[in-house]
Amino acid sequence: MSAHPATCSSAPVLKERGQREVFCGLTGIIWLHRKMQDAFFLVVGSRTCAHLLQSAAGVMIFAEPRFGTAILEEKDLAGMADANEELDREVGRLLARRPDIRQLFLVGSCPSEVIKLDLARAAERLSVQHAPHVRVLNFSGSGIETTFTQGEDACLASMVPTLPQTQEKELLLVGALPDVVEDQALDLLAQMGIAPVRCLPARRSNDTPAIGPNSVFALTQPFLGDTHAALLRRGARHIPAPFPFGAEGTLLWLTAVAAEFGISPDVVARVTAAPRARAEKSIAAAAETLRGKRIFFMPDSQLEVPLARFLTRECGMIAVEIGTPYLHAELHGPELDLIAAGPTLSEGQDVDRQLDRVRAARPDLTVCGLGLANPLEAEGLATKWAIELVFTPVHFFEQAGDLASLFARPLRRRAILEAPNLEAAE
Amino acid sequence: MKLAVWTYEGPPHVGAMRVATGMTGLHMVLHAPQGDTYADLLFTMIERRNHRPPVSYTTFQARDLGADTAGLFKSACQDTHDRFQPQAIMVAASCTAELIQDDPGGLAETMGLSVPVIALDLPSYQRKENFGADEAFLQICRALARPMARTARVTCNILGPTALGFRHRDDLAEITGLLSELGIQVNVAAPMGASPADIQRMGAAHFNVLLYPETAESAARWCEKELGQPYTKTIPIGARATRAFINEVRALSGSTLPVDETRLRQPWWAASVDSTYLTGKRVFLFGDGTHVMAAARVARDEMGFDVCGMGCYNREQARPLRTLAREFGLEALITDDYLEVEAAIEAASPEMILGTQMERHIGKRLGIPCAVISAPVHVQDFPARYSPQMGFEGANVLFDTWVHPLVMGLEEHLLHMFRDDFEFHDAAGPSHHGAKAQPLPHSTPAAPAAADEGGSMPPPSAPLSLENIVWLSCAERELKKIPFFVRGKARRNTESFAFEKGLREISIDTLYEAKAHYAR
Repeated sequence: MSAHPATCSSAPVLKERGQREVFCGLTGIIWLHRKMQDAFFLVVGSRTCAHLLQSAAGVMIFAEPRFGTAILEEKDLAGMADANEELDREVGRLLARRPDIRQLFLVGSCPSEVIKLDLARAAERLSVQHAPHVRVLNFSGSGIETTFTQGEDACLASMVPTLPQTQEKELLLVGALPDVVEDQALDLLAQMGIAPVRCLPARRSNDTPAIGPNSVFALTQPFLGDTHAALLRRGARHIPAPFPFGAEGTLLWLTAVAAEFGISPDVVARVTAAPRARAEKSIAAAAETLRGKRIFFMPDSQLEVPLARFLTRECGMIAVEIGTPYLHAELHGPELDLIAAGPTLSEGQDVDRQLDRVRAARPDLTVCGLGLANPLEAEGLATKWAIELVFTPVHFFEQAGDLASLFARPLRRRAILEAPNLEAAE
Repeated sequence: MKLAVWTYEGPPHVGAMRVATGMTGLHMVLHAPQGDTYADLLFTMIERRNHRPPVSYTTFQARDLGADTAGLFKSACQDTHDRFQPQAIMVAASCTAELIQDDPGGLAETMGLSVPVIALDLPSYQRKENFGADEAFLQICRALARPMARTARVTCNILGPTALGFRHRDDLAEITGLLSELGIQVNVAAPMGASPADIQRMGAAHFNVLLYPETAESAARWCEKELGQPYTKTIPIGARATRAFINEVRALSGSTLPVDETRLRQPWWAASVDSTYLTGKRVFLFGDGTHVMAAARVARDEMGFDVCGMGCYNREQARPLRTLAREFGLEALITDDYLEVEAAIEAASPEMILGTQMERHIGKRLGIPCAVISAPVHVQDFPARYSPQMGFEGANVLFDTWVHPLVMGLEEHLLHMFRDDFEFHDAAGPSHHGAKAQPLPHSTPAAPAAADEGGSMPPPSAPLSLENIVWLSCAERELKKIPFFVRGKARRNTESFAFEKGLREISIDTLYEAKAHYAR
């Protein structure tokens, strides 16, 4: 990556190792189980894991969820019960009750990792037992190893070694997107003449993509470092690009993909002209609220760097601090190249010290987790909950305006509520 | 290992956090991995707290496990002490830290901190949230409260209200007001609103008022034994229980001051003719033991409902609940498996559920109205308005809350009269609610439902059971004319009646004979 002196790519990184106020990777199950419609996520963990899953969604999702927790009990830990036999029994019951399930993910948690319960072997054993109807995989969403969106990364990475082999030159889109957004991306790529395009994760296990030495892949999410590495190990090649957030990010992402397939910038320009104009128009509306406002990112989803690029370059915001749980040089490099130098870049967290910096900087908007949002609002600091950014369709042209609006809404709301009371003034 | 989809209670350390967050001047240091910080949002989002819970997490990671997690804990303790300068520090381990056995209590003791350290032992793989709250409050009292001279005037402590409790904020206000009418000042209300310094002067009160056995029964027992303070046993939920509570307080305090009942509207609201339609409505109750036991008495004695099922998710209350259920002629359901609760509700097919947010969802699926009477809580359980469950205003609130989900009296008659109206049909649901209720799915086994007149019949030799009684199609059609909210009951009653009479099939006559038999 070229390091231009005026960008963040050469900025020093403040590395923090204190208390981290973040979700663990299990949280990813909340969106992954909606995306993969024939998959079930079985967390092997504690009551805390189960409580997290039902609390983190903000509201309980009460359609029969395709996730659950096998709660470890005293007898499992004391060795009075064979945890593997117990797991086999619970999986058997679960699959009997849900015959529609084709993929089962055994998800490791903090307790299962600490007691070294070997879920990889359990997955192999259960795969044999339940083949060919159900395939059993495993990954860890534990808080001692994964932060929030890294759960999705671990899940997708666990699927890569099992993908069938192909020699075709095919494009693979990697990252769980809402179906409507994924369809838009596929449509744009098809209009440029790129087809077929496969997606990881696939909506149903029948559509599982194949992979091989001629495959190329583009990431749609900035937190997929392990999946990226696993795909490289399978011989696939990565198309580095900024992420498809905002009109600019989407255009750069599509241009990079098109270049890989020998498609000229003219074709890209023609196909993207209309949606890009729509995106720019809708971003402009929100940017009126955002321009000149100072924004502070607490580390949360690893979306912070691309979002800072979008908000500073397309919405006229000023970044004060860009905190991210993990700064992945290879994936975030193209983004950092585009962000003007100035903001503090921080990796990891020491939450109380970071809050001291927020209070000193008094930004107009702080992007943070749900645990911090109301306390900061009560101190007079407007916030944007980070979790909404992973639960809302925000990628590609048609959602670029929505993405900008997510940041504008807290500021607009604050302005409405703080407006002088005209009736009282009369 | 037990499969859980939804849980009624969090882990024990969340209960301890409810105690710490309710208090002031106390800080908790929790040895836990980073993901456990999700618990903060329970307080800041669900309860809309404007401060972070006073909890510091060590947030150890995998790479720390081989190194020095104990050192991490000690530095977190020291940072907490220096930054927040609390009057006392409470230390505990979450489920993962319990496994690595760092002994937070022992570590904190060796640090020579200038404030008292309260160590909790929370068995995460055996116990749950309510235990954690009860245990944390007990240990706080043991560490800080001491016998001392009583106040000159009669005072009491109020025990039990915590952060994230079901209407604790308003119950505390209501009961404080009621005690004040009786001339009794509250010495300390705890945990909610109390500081460690307040806990230290708990011994000055003459007696204790225990509002929530779930979170404070152990502390109340300890105070009785160590501080010589008797405590109240009546939970003042409902008009009758509130009056009984007043008598209990009078006996403990010697107060003879009158209590003004003019604010209490619930008894007249229940007695007025508009409420006649509530008579004998079949209700199913589920929640924490204390709220369910209180609500069952209110439902039967003050609302005129027919309690057709009750249960609780906290085993600690299983014994008294089973006793009460037997008094109601019922078998109590003690489980924390919501699928079991759903099955029990479906089988009982009540006309209304009084439950938790979980039962509200069960009710939605089964098309049964539900009012929420107990934790686990949801953002809706923290209304902006004053809305206690306890005391006289609490009785008023119960009346309104429990009646609201139902089809109202005259509307119910109209549904009987015009049940074939294409817009005003029985599946449309109460007119004052937006959501459309779905009729109850019948739990009748497939064979009798498929049977027609002259259709397949069970062999005459088969022993008669509720399962092989056959509905003749004319009776089945007649049953469908009964509005959905009583249809389940009519079906069950008719089948029981037929079984008792030894009838193998149900005709229209059987249906109406059963109706007359069960007429109330």
